[in-house]
Amino acid sequence: MSIARPRPLLIAGKYAALLGYLTFALFPLYWLLKIAITPDQLIFTEGTQLWPSSLTFDNFRTVLFQTDFLAYFGNSLYVSLGTAAATTLIAAGAGYAFSRFDFGGKKIIIAVMLITQMFPLLMIIAPIYKIVASFGMLNSLTSLIVVYTAFNIPFATFLMQSFFDGIPKDLEEAAMMDGCSRFQALRKVIFPLTLPGLGATLGFVFTAAWSELLFALMLISKNEAMTFPMGLLTFVSKFSVDWGQMMAAGVLALIPSCLFFIFIQRYLVQGLTSGAVKG
Amino acid sequence: MARIELRNVVKRYGAVEVLRDINLDVEDGEFIVLVGPSGCGKSTLLRMIAGLEPITAGDFMIDDIRMNDVRPRDRDIAMVFQSYALYPHMDVARNMGFSMEIRKDPATERASRVKQAADTLGLTALTERLPKALSGGQRQRVAMGRAIIRDPRAFLFDEPLSNLDAALRVEMRLEIARLHQKLGATMIYVTHDQVEALTLADRIVVLNGGDIQQVGSPLDLYERPANKFVAQFIGSPTMNLVPIKGRPEGVTLADGALLKLPHLPDSPDAIELGIRPEHIEVTDQGDLSGIADVVEHLGSDTNIYLNVEKLGPLMVRKHGNIPIRPGERVGLRIQPENVHLFAPDGSALRRASPNMAA
Repeated sequence: MSIARPRPLLIAGKYAALLGYLTFALFPLYWLLKIAITPDQLIFTEGTQLWPSSLTFDNFRTVLFQTDFLAYFGNSLYVSLGTAAATTLIAAGAGYAFSRFDFGGKKIIIAVMLITQMFPLLMIIAPIYKIVASFGMLNSLTSLIVVYTAFNIPFATFLMQSFFDGIPKDLEEAAMMDGCSRFQALRKVIFPLTLPGLGATLGFVFTAAWSELLFALMLISKNEAMTFPMGLLTFVSKFSVDWGQMMAAGVLALIPSCLFFIFIQRYLVQGLTSGAVKG
Repeated sequence: MARIELRNVVKRYGAVEVLRDINLDVEDGEFIVLVGPSGCGKSTLLRMIAGLEPITAGDFMIDDIRMNDVRPRDRDIAMVFQSYALYPHMDVARNMGFSMEIRKDPATERASRVKQAADTLGLTALTERLPKALSGGQRQRVAMGRAIIRDPRAFLFDEPLSNLDAALRVEMRLEIARLHQKLGATMIYVTHDQVEALTLADRIVVLNGGDIQQVGSPLDLYERPANKFVAQFIGSPTMNLVPIKGRPEGVTLADGALLKLPHLPDSPDAIELGIRPEHIEVTDQGDLSGIADVVEHLGSDTNIYLNVEKLGPLMVRKHGNIPIRPGERVGLRIQPENVHLFAPDGSALRRASPNMAA
């Protein structure tokens, strides 16, 4: 056995690979920000220059005060939060049931939920339109919440189930021996330990709903009910592709997602269950 | 304090019968140890008593009241889990006082009881820590504290020491013994470790394959095992088994030697002779001799693994340090008064020996 010695070439290679990946993944974001703060007249003249010769916040000002952007933003926030809350609530209940109980038809339900995830959404957009139209819910944000929730539940349920699976059954049983009913055990012991899972699910569903375009385009046509991704498209038509404003709007749209992920990753990393059982 | 009774208790998972016809009376204040190899159903039985596992058939009574369908929270039984099952988001004090918190006992009373339990278990300095900041032994103590604080009718222990290292296990074993003396409470304890069983139990219940093999005091099981399984399971090192033929005046070993045994049972149909390693003497005038294969010097004892021609391997344990080297020929004498005989079905044949009746 030889003692593993740090090999400088290997380490350098590792970091080079990491750097390459990060550049590839983050460059578009950088470009988004760069164009958003480039004055209009320089966008084409300076072309692919990495940093513009002068900066401006005019694009942000215009987007915030002279377009319907804030309304779109509010709509998106409403839809995304509604979807995240509804999906997480249902997925937590379903995930707990899948993790803890044995009931008839469990395998069939899981199989059906998997099947719903197999088809490209494009295939079912027409029937969904028909269904929503027949309920008279076109152009309503509620219809978006319902549809998004329906499509996010299977994945969110599996995610929550895996989090519940990670909480030892002993803890619940100990709580029940200590005098809790099953529901009390859930509330006092399991729920606090599931917070990371709830955070992850909330964040995942929130971002999925935040960036969804296909269903929104299909189900919403009125300007006042538009969500933010549709709003981005309006920069193409209304202002003959106003790149600067579009990018500025894009940067603003990143803020909620970023906040959400900062909030989640704290929980994801925490590892709350450590110390519960033997160590 | 409680008397626990199991009457013809059965546990089935679908068509699989895990426990058959279990009958057991646990007296008030008794320390019962359920012992057996893994998969014998001992933990399942404990969980049925706790109420965490439904009872398929039979009656389970606490103080003559049938409790089969009573929820765990209403049975007033405390349980210490193998994994400790401490609530990771609560500090030590809240972990221990959790049952009182659920019962909505006054906070001042809860605090004083927690303090008392913490003092008893040497946890006073740790009450504000989270479980993840505790060592294995400390977690084990917290789990015990959580149980004693409730002053329950009975305590259940599910292999509580199996996650601890050897030294700590001995220490915690003593602590559990002291706790039992102090509280005088009914305790049911599951383990696969026969040393824990022999040291802690008032009575041991040996389980195998879903059946109770024998119930008795530790000495009972050691001196009068009901069958081959109990004989080999209880006692360390394991009892030697030697094939024999029965004769009116004794038994014939496979090498043809006759071993005279007084007080043979009426039907000498024994096919195996059991003799514990500590009941074989090393002597020059023995009935047998074998070649020492491996010699282990433990200081207080010497373990000698021998090969005896036509008989097979034998193990002998001698007190003290015996200067035998591997490869040497060793003369052996089997103590006739400590011989166990087993019928073809594995059950023990009783000999009317005055020594054995003691």
